[in-house]
Amino acid sequence: MNWDAMLPLFILASSLVPGLIIFTLPEEAVRTRVTLNMTGALIKVALVGFVIWGVLNGHHYETRLPFLPGLDLVLRADALSILFITLSTVLWLVTTIYAIGYLENSPHRSRFFGFFSLCVTATIGVALAGNLITFVLFYELLTLAAYPLIVHRGTEESHRAGRTYLIYTITGGALLLVGTVWLYGLAGSLEFTHRGFISELVESHRSALIIIFTLLIAGLGVKAALVPFHGWLPQAMVAPAPVSALLHAVAVVKAGAFGIVRVVYDVYGIEFAAGLGVTLPLAILAAVTIIYGSLRALMQDDLKRRLAFSTVSQISYIILGVAIVGPMATIGGLVHLVHQGVMKITLFFCAGNLAETLGIHKISEMDGVGRRMPWTMAAFTIAAFGMIGAPPLAGFVSKWYLGLGALEAGQDWVIFVLIGSSLLNAAYFLPVLHSAWFKKPMGNWPAERSFGRMETALTLLVPPVITACLVLLLGLLASAPFSALQWAQFITTLEYAP
Amino acid sequence: MLMQNIPWLVMMIVLPLVGAMFCFLFPQRVKLLGLITALVIVVSVTALASQVVEQGALRYAVGGWGAPLGINLYVDGLSLLMLLVTALVGLAISVYSIAYFNQEKSQHFWPLWMLLWTALNALFLSADLFNLYVTLELLGLSAVALVALAGGANALGAAMRYLFVSLLGSLFYLLALALLYHSFATVDIAILAQRIEATPAVWAAMALMTAGLLLKTALFPLHFWLPPAHANAPAPVSALLSALVVKASFYILLRLWLEVFPLPNAALVQFLGLLGSGAVLWGGVQALRQTRLKMLIAYSTVAQLGYLFIAFPLATSMAWKGALYLLISHALAKSSMFLAAGNLQLFGGHDRITHLDRVAQRLPLTLAAFALAGVSIMGLPPSGGFVGKWLLLDAALRTGQWWWAVILILGSLLAAAYIFKVIGHAFTQAEVPHEEGEVSRMMEWVAFVLALAAIVLGLIASWPLALMDIGTPFNSGVAQ
Repeated sequence: MNWDAMLPLFILASSLVPGLIIFTLPEEAVRTRVTLNMTGALIKVALVGFVIWGVLNGHHYETRLPFLPGLDLVLRADALSILFITLSTVLWLVTTIYAIGYLENSPHRSRFFGFFSLCVTATIGVALAGNLITFVLFYELLTLAAYPLIVHRGTEESHRAGRTYLIYTITGGALLLVGTVWLYGLAGSLEFTHRGFISELVESHRSALIIIFTLLIAGLGVKAALVPFHGWLPQAMVAPAPVSALLHAVAVVKAGAFGIVRVVYDVYGIEFAAGLGVTLPLAILAAVTIIYGSLRALMQDDLKRRLAFSTVSQISYIILGVAIVGPMATIGGLVHLVHQGVMKITLFFCAGNLAETLGIHKISEMDGVGRRMPWTMAAFTIAAFGMIGAPPLAGFVSKWYLGLGALEAGQDWVIFVLIGSSLLNAAYFLPVLHSAWFKKPMGNWPAERSFGRMETALTLLVPPVITACLVLLLGLLASAPFSALQWAQFITTLEYAP
Repeated sequence: MLMQNIPWLVMMIVLPLVGAMFCFLFPQRVKLLGLITALVIVVSVTALASQVVEQGALRYAVGGWGAPLGINLYVDGLSLLMLLVTALVGLAISVYSIAYFNQEKSQHFWPLWMLLWTALNALFLSADLFNLYVTLELLGLSAVALVALAGGANALGAAMRYLFVSLLGSLFYLLALALLYHSFATVDIAILAQRIEATPAVWAAMALMTAGLLLKTALFPLHFWLPPAHANAPAPVSALLSALVVKASFYILLRLWLEVFPLPNAALVQFLGLLGSGAVLWGGVQALRQTRLKMLIAYSTVAQLGYLFIAFPLATSMAWKGALYLLISHALAKSSMFLAAGNLQLFGGHDRITHLDRVAQRLPLTLAAFALAGVSIMGLPPSGGFVGKWLLLDAALRTGQWWWAVILILGSLLAAAYIFKVIGHAFTQAEVPHEEGEVSRMMEWVAFVLALAAIVLGLIASWPLALMDIGTPFNSGVAQ
């Protein structure tokens, strides 16, 4: 057997198989379920580590199965997919620990963890997809697998959120499908290729290519929460905290952004996309989303809603980086794919801790919470400063490269967007930090649970602390080998003609 | 070697017929006899498939009398696929029915169901228009009797209406048959295809046959009889009707248009496409408005049948294959849905959608079956429904007829809306009740396996698509 051709399949199976088994488990089988979850997550980390090592040593990992006439199902570990699978694998491990603690004693856990694993499987599939049809397959699977997680609580509110989510994402998926079929009809291939595969069509099918690009970006933009397709994301906040963390940092939103990266670089090719004149509108759309998301975040009192609008804004940094045509901006966008994930997951873990431990859901209830939960709020503070872009944290690195890239490409207006958004970030995060650390508690917390000498359960505390450390390390060690930045630089060399 | 010498074509018709007679003669043993027959048919269709894959399309003259005098049987990729799906769905429904019907109902159900199976197999194997007529009548009558099996005013009313529609459709067909026989002195499809000319009589025959078959296929706006008939029948019968029976008349239509009437008529094919689009949209909207689960599923059938007619204006080999793929996946998915609905109804005693939550939580496997079947109905990957829609979309965009692509997408969105309307009820805070229902594990598993088959169909597309090429049924006629 050829192991190199099987490995991508094993990476998928490491979350799919535990997930399918978990569905069949009775509710009381806590120990088996935890074991399965953790084993799957750890095996996946090991496999991904092995793939990185292999790729550096010249191995080529590709699984190819016949799917439709003329089209294969392709799973391939290339540089870009490795960036995304590493992120999602590490964060899945952390989120699994968190979710086990968070959902202790709540109903329907087998169902929850089953779909949780399916969700991760779909995300890994999106990351490993070697052509557009495989991407579409896993993208739709993700749409479906995330729905039960969003409506998990079963309240009227979560059903409303679930419906909104479906209306947006299924319509988006349909647009993506039409674009894909049309592109296949024109190009006769859907294989992701560095610098794109449509070069021969640019002359003859210019307007069709522009329409297809619009369809694809609209379909992907729904998940990436580009304005005006972002409406579902703030509503989806009713989901349990680990789901929000997963949705915002790893799975759904990221899959959309990752898809846009793929379409621009490996379907159209950045130079041909620029030649078609589609990158500037995309950059403007991303810029509008960045500012709009930040403004809306400013107005929210609900902590999770504020974080959700912050995601709307932050995800578009990735898209902005892609749409400013230039290697430096590309590095900034790609590295933000990782950095945003780590920072945002920390923030959602912390918000979940506040809700679970003290019953705090609103920012106005957070006065003095820093003294009650110092570890949680320390993690929150690091991530928030990272979001604002303070050196030496991860967010600073992203913004630095985006700014450099904008100047390099002669798109000076982007600098103002970046400065404006950073100011807005500060405006919606600093008051939270101020009231948490410097104000006096108002009296009793809304619904406090006691955890003895600890500020909260250990399984809830460790994950945000780990990811906060990552935020720090990704910034401090940005130029060390194997950092996200180095990897993004490596990808960029592949996407731009020498 | 012995296996190779048996004329499996004939066995496909003889076996269920013998089964029907035994079921009739030994009413105390119907369940066992029926199950044995179903299993033997599956073996026989497998043998036939291997024969066809090896030797290509087969023609068999019953009793050694060739056309135009004797009865000819013909099997190519198209008929083989229909036989295979019928056998698969038929076996599943047989297993389900053993648990579903009590002894008294079983004595009525099994002989009728075996007769229906005989009619289906004979229909897919017929090489002449008159045999098609005979099988169509047998099919219609046994189907009507099965609908009436549920008893009660609703079921009887629906069965009555179904009977009239069925007879009217056959009457149209028979008239057209007379016209053709009068003009060309043959009813053999292959011979007719060579002799046919564009005379007024042929046009009239073509219009009559098409109209009759459209009525039987329940194409919008001739679908009025389908929802009550399919929704009021017992669950296994609903599954049979939606999965197989309506497809039989579509199959005849396909054969006629591909082989007998290869007269390109732009206006008429566009008209069929238009009716198909109407079915997709109207069926989808109506499904969304239903308050009863089985009515919702029945209207979904109306919508799904519409897709098949969008292949007519596209008329490329790819489009025909796409339609056929949708037909097969719909057969699997829709039978699974009706069986799942049967489980829910049996457990909860009703099928009102808004009160499904308690039941749905108690039968997770049934709900999983419904959801998986729904994925195929929505046309999301990976599923047979997705493959079919992909091929149709591709054909629509390649031939520059993008408006059909819009219909396909709108249909998928409507399907998603009505399917999630049901699935949403699985995720409520309703307490899980602990009383035991009378739904056996077997019934749940049958629905689940059928749904899984619809999904798997999306992962093994190359095999059924290759099968469709045997005897090149899609390279003649309108396809050119």
